[in-house]
Amino acid sequence: MADLFCGVDAGAATTKVVVADASGGILGSAVSRSGIDFAGTARKDLDEALSGAGRDRASIIRTISTGYGRTNVDFADGAMTEIACHAAAVHFRFPRPVTVVDIGGQDSKVIRIDAGGRRTGFRMNRKCAAGTGAFLEEIALRLDVDLSELDRLAHGATDPVSLGSFCTVFTMTEILGLIRHGRRIEDIAHGVYDSVVKRVLEMDPLEGEVVMTGGVVEHNSMVPELLSARLGRTVAVLERAQLAGAHGAALIAARDRPETDSK
Amino acid sequence: MSEKEQAKIRRIASTKPMNLLMRDYFVELAEASEDPSKKIAWCTSVGPAELLRAFGFHVYFPENHGAMIGSARLAAEVIPRANALGYSPDICSYLTSDVGAFLAGQSPMTKVDDRIKGVPRPDVLVFSTNQCRDVQDWFQWYGRHFGVPVIGVHSYRGIGEVRDVHVKAVAGQIEALVPELERVSGTRFDIDRLRETVALSRRCSDLWKEVLDTAAARPAPLTFFDGTILMGPAVVLRGDRRANEFYEVLLAELRERISKREGAVEGERFRIYWEGMPVWGRLRANATLFIEKAACVVASTYCNSWIFQAFDPRDPFTSMARAYTELFIVRDDTYKEKYIDAMVDFFSVDGIIFHDAKTCPNNSNSRYGMPQRYVENKGIPTLVVNGDLNDMRLVSDEQMTTNIEAFIEQLAERRG
Repeated sequence: MADLFCGVDAGAATTKVVVADASGGILGSAVSRSGIDFAGTARKDLDEALSGAGRDRASIIRTISTGYGRTNVDFADGAMTEIACHAAAVHFRFPRPVTVVDIGGQDSKVIRIDAGGRRTGFRMNRKCAAGTGAFLEEIALRLDVDLSELDRLAHGATDPVSLGSFCTVFTMTEILGLIRHGRRIEDIAHGVYDSVVKRVLEMDPLEGEVVMTGGVVEHNSMVPELLSARLGRTVAVLERAQLAGAHGAALIAARDRPETDSK
Repeated sequence: MSEKEQAKIRRIASTKPMNLLMRDYFVELAEASEDPSKKIAWCTSVGPAELLRAFGFHVYFPENHGAMIGSARLAAEVIPRANALGYSPDICSYLTSDVGAFLAGQSPMTKVDDRIKGVPRPDVLVFSTNQCRDVQDWFQWYGRHFGVPVIGVHSYRGIGEVRDVHVKAVAGQIEALVPELERVSGTRFDIDRLRETVALSRRCSDLWKEVLDTAAARPAPLTFFDGTILMGPAVVLRGDRRANEFYEVLLAELRERISKREGAVEGERFRIYWEGMPVWGRLRANATLFIEKAACVVASTYCNSWIFQAFDPRDPFTSMARAYTELFIVRDDTYKEKYIDAMVDFFSVDGIIFHDAKTCPNNSNSRYGMPQRYVENKGIPTLVVNGDLNDMRLVSDEQMTTNIEAFIEQLAERRG
């Protein structure tokens, strides 16, 4: 029986697929590196998500794709921007006016939504990796630490550094100087996360309740902690934050399906 | 069928005679360049072209050439040559791409007609800094290269009300150009010839305004992207009767489109105002993107910049001074916001897109909080897209597409 909705977030770094029921509950999901074959990765993830839900492709009523590779997902019935999808996913859990901060692999976004879930404005980062997942990946690579280690290291900081550079490359130059001066890697890692947070704060005043989404915050708790510290209030992190785009796409698939749309 | 396949740019038939007119203009410049008896003046795009025509100069506009280099996507290839001479990648990419193309011996004009070998040789370069200081530096480079005089008008900047004191000072500067232009052209100044070119320019300006105003119709018969092409004669041939003849033809076509309810964008749902420079290297891509989303960019500050309602042949110097000082780009933010308000009302605009062009601060009005003020004070959705007029290395296509699509989604949500 066809009763599920699918969302595919073909992101710059990772592809996420969610299959959800008509009420929006997540029944299955998958996450993998996007690679260079967006459609192939999305299909593989779809099968994995369906397998997790114990269902097959015939169960899907409608699929919406999002993310940078959204137009490459050949089995999608439509495409929406990740801004729409993250807003939908957050509104599903936070049905009130909130400010969404999404830190993705390639870009950061701030989205304001009203009580009805409508967007009242949004901002994206400039053409620059600073303040994104790509920044963290690059710095971890240059520091020769696994990306998954960076968050743990940052939590061990005792005398955090402050990084002043905007640019990923020059940040690394600055870090090399700090290493030469004997600064601990834990203190540098803390400064790297703080740099991401500073870039986000440059985008918007972040008024009202703030909810964070995206893979970076799901895997790096230092980011919401530092943002909370800088804002002087606790920011929420959406449950399964990395799936926000895909979940939102599935919610939009369910919301916007034509009356006659059935398979 | 995908949105991309469905999206069709509805060509304006008058573009064809316009292309012929522009070809003739470029060929005339090329021929004048080979004929020592003919004199060529280079002029900034909102410089005192009427005065130059009154002396019989063939008038060439490097900014038009800059836009052609941008449209031909040649800029990123040639800009580094100007950078190597000390012209920063952060300054006007018209300047750097034009100088770079010259150094590389390249010009998109050569593709227009075999008779055109490159940019025309100047006898004098005449600037007005009403747009920016970069035009002066740009012309100075060529002045040194060709060993010809560079003269100009130093405009006011950031003014609110245009006062008589401003107009008088600028009129005096325009008039002061006369002796040097007499010397270079070998022609005595004739006030009646100036009156005539000012009258022709005024008519051109009025027709161009009427053309742009047709976009107030629903659906709009033309888009901003059409306008950026169709404005060619208003820029390079104002003061020349042929420009006016062309705009009469274009206006008739657009009025016919209106009478047939034939919009430039099929199924027009959203109407948008574009503030800032075009992204010349992405003109077609952006035009198609909006069409795919049933959104029409109905009006822009940029295309409006060649409307000069102050021109008055009875008082040519003073009226030119007023026209070239009244320009949007010369004014303060208070004036600019009122101006955009009027545009938003007249064209029934749903939202405003501000293009923050990295190398053109004077045409980027998003840098001092204006978009945020519009949202706060007027409740009009705004979007800022980062890009550039010519240097496509400063444009992220994916980010621009996502931003524009998300903005149109936002407009759709507002409508419910």
